[in-house]
Amino acid sequence: MNAHLVLRIGPWSLRLRPRTVVVSSLLVAAALALAVVNLSTGDFPVPFPDVLRSLFGSASDGTAYVVRELRLPRVAVAMLVGAALGISGAIFQSLTRNPLGSPDFIGLTVGAATGALVVMLLLGGSGLSVAAGALIGCLITFGVIYLLAFRRGAQPVRLVLMGIGVSTMLAAFDTLLIVRAKLEEAMEAQRWLIGSVNTSTMVEVALIGGALLVLLPPLVRYGRELEMLSLGDEAAIAHGIRAERSRLVLAVISVTLAAVATAVAGPIAFVALAAPQLASRLTRAPGANIGAAAAMGAFLLTASDWIGRRVLPLDLPVGVVTAALGGLYLTWLLAGEWRRGRQLL
Amino acid sequence: MDNRLGARELTLAYDGAPVVDDLHLDIADGSFTVIVGPNACGKSTLLKALARVLKPRSGSVLLDGAAIASYPTREVARRLGLLPQSPLVPPGIVVEDLVARGRFAHQRLLRQWSTEDAAAVADAMRLTQVTDLASRYVDELSGGQRQRVWLAMVLAQQTSIMLLDEPTTFLDLAHQIDVLDICAELHEGGRTIVAVLHDLNQACRYATNLVVMRGGVVVAQGPPADVMTADLVNDVFGVPCLVIPDPATGTPLVVPVDRSRRALLPQ
Repeated sequence: MNAHLVLRIGPWSLRLRPRTVVVSSLLVAAALALAVVNLSTGDFPVPFPDVLRSLFGSASDGTAYVVRELRLPRVAVAMLVGAALGISGAIFQSLTRNPLGSPDFIGLTVGAATGALVVMLLLGGSGLSVAAGALIGCLITFGVIYLLAFRRGAQPVRLVLMGIGVSTMLAAFDTLLIVRAKLEEAMEAQRWLIGSVNTSTMVEVALIGGALLVLLPPLVRYGRELEMLSLGDEAAIAHGIRAERSRLVLAVISVTLAAVATAVAGPIAFVALAAPQLASRLTRAPGANIGAAAAMGAFLLTASDWIGRRVLPLDLPVGVVTAALGGLYLTWLLAGEWRRGRQLL
Repeated sequence: MDNRLGARELTLAYDGAPVVDDLHLDIADGSFTVIVGPNACGKSTLLKALARVLKPRSGSVLLDGAAIASYPTREVARRLGLLPQSPLVPPGIVVEDLVARGRFAHQRLLRQWSTEDAAAVADAMRLTQVTDLASRYVDELSGGQRQRVWLAMVLAQQTSIMLLDEPTTFLDLAHQIDVLDICAELHEGGRTIVAVLHDLNQACRYATNLVVMRGGVVVAQGPPADVMTADLVNDVFGVPCLVIPDPATGTPLVVPVDRSRRALLPQ
């Protein structure tokens, strides 16, 4: 299934890889199935048929309220945030040519967290203003990292090391903020820092959904250039790409998705790192595999949410689950790369 | 027009002092132009500028009568191709997919694979003899095979001008000849080829037009038989030598003379 399938209608043609389409579809189906499970289970169990009836509008008021108002936002945010993180990681790993070059590793998520904490603890904001703080924090961090390490072709190692440095400084600042805060505020901040979809509402759904919708057209347009950029700048330019601009646009798309995802769900670890890698292992396709990475991200986060709520005895925030799974994944990734004689750093 | 590609008052620099200084050059259409010169003479830099990969500090590169910077970059990509010195192999890509990427400048979001694309890729792979490697992973190929794959990718771009930055460096002798023979075949097919080469004898054999550079300027240009003299080699490379006719082709053959034998040189 390495071959391509070409669809032709008149002058138009699409070139698809059947394996990628199948893998992505299966992942989306699995994510949706788990989402229905998440909608159906809880303190007030709702049978599957009633879940579907509530979603499409013909269930009793009580059931519809539980499914649509109480559970749907959380389930939808998990899927959308997962997809956003998957896309964001796929772009960054491809741009940096390094499996570690994902937003949570180069300090962007920590930047978002710092922005959120500044709003929460210094400015006394809450709700949407915290999200805005996270967004701004993430974008400022990216600006700094871009200027220091990203121009002239993004040296991967420099970027990852710079990210570790920036993360450490910001994390120290975060700790300072929390230590100086009042107890309740500090606890609130700490809860946000774990990363959770437990308290999601339709506002969060709209934010992350809107970001994905707005960024989809440029993503489709520049996603193809991402493949060419992986040949190196000279080859990319020779094939008609404005490399520097293309890279900046792609990086901004990636950073915005990571920022909005962090703004609505807190810093959820490792999905952006693992989803693209796992997706391309399944599709066996070269390149960033953005679509499959999005599907994998949605599946991973929905599954983590399910594990956190149902498999373990406590209702754990999803961030704890992804961090635990991600740690295992990272160990496995590093061990595998070393065995094959490749060095990530 | 006789010269679709050329440079006017071209000054090129990276950060500090100019690498190429106030250079004039015309690349004759249908020529096999080879640029030679000692290390750091600016030959690769010049090639990058001709391919608009490097922006000139001043002056301009002309393509079809207009400054190359005035064209949309995708339009340039349909007229002129470049094989960089060390392009990167995306991990996990097979030969056919890499060659197919050479069609990028001809494609659109909703025109991802026309019948022309398929034909161009098949032709390019046949000409470079990589058809049999189609489903092999590029990172598992030998250096020589890989270079033919890169050539196929540039060929799939279907440009009438092809720029090659040291296409034979890092290859063993058999693969050097392999790559140069493919270039010669492309040249006979009507393409304009501009290549940077290190081996003067190979340059003399394959080039119809030789450009000799030193210190960022062109010191000699013309058919190899006129340009390649013992004085020039001594001047440009600082190596005393004999230039004799190549027994195989009659083109100039540069025979360097080592220190202990310099007494043998004609005064």
